[in-house]
Amino acid sequence: MTDEVLVHVSSDADVVEAREKGRELSAELGFSSIDLTLIVTAISEVARNILLYAREGEIVLRLDADGGQRGITVVARDDGPGIPDIEMAMRDSYSTGNGLGLGLPGARRLMDEFEIESEISKGTTVVMKKWAPDRG
Amino acid sequence: MAVPILKQGHYLIASIQAALSDSDVLQLQDDLVEQVGRFRSRGIIVDVTALDVMDSFASRSLRGIAHMTRLRGAETVIVGIQPEVAFAMVQLGMSLEDVHTALDLEEGLAFLDTQLKEPADGDR
Repeated sequence: MTDEVLVHVSSDADVVEAREKGRELSAELGFSSIDLTLIVTAISEVARNILLYAREGEIVLRLDADGGQRGITVVARDDGPGIPDIEMAMRDSYSTGNGLGLGLPGARRLMDEFEIESEISKGTTVVMKKWAPDRG
Repeated sequence: MAVPILKQGHYLIASIQAALSDSDVLQLQDDLVEQVGRFRSRGIIVDVTALDVMDSFASRSLRGIAHMTRLRGAETVIVGIQPEVAFAMVQLGMSLEDVHTALDLEEGLAFLDTQLKEPADGDR
């Protein structure tokens, strides 16, 4: 499966678009409506982080298969300032922007897998996954 | 898309119709805080039934609406949070614990009526 959608994020309307595209694509995998909402909420958090900290970037939504298990991968990347202290940024209630500090740690709780890489003045990439329910 | 705000008696009812962008949410915040004064409203209902996602920004803004309008002398009730959205909000860490919520518009109106001890004009 190679279904992939790219959403360029540079305004708050793009955040809404990323959510909608994410819901559409994930729906193909037979996620429950709760899971769909968790995925879409996580997409919203990482997309907003791009806007808040890097002003622009992109979200890639991809359907993946791994050993028969299917899932959705969400990649959020930007060429922004980068995160100086990732451990801090992943802590609840820590924020240097306008957020509540729930964005990244919140997104991690909503998804099954979550990885973040960041380099000062190079940018940040978040890769997160949710596996679809096993259909036997 | 701007959120329509309906004036009913002493209440303002903001009924969210479609997906909200961040600027729509901020606009709603401004409109409600301003209209509470203009219409001398005592209660506000924000109906989020149509929202299929509420992230930390939207939740924080709704909380902001409740706090700001309280400072302006009105009580706000958030109604219609969908079960999936409630689930996601708790996972995310947003509980809106200091904000009044009700199941739907009817319950929200009933709550405001008891809270403010007088029925709204034109109450049906």
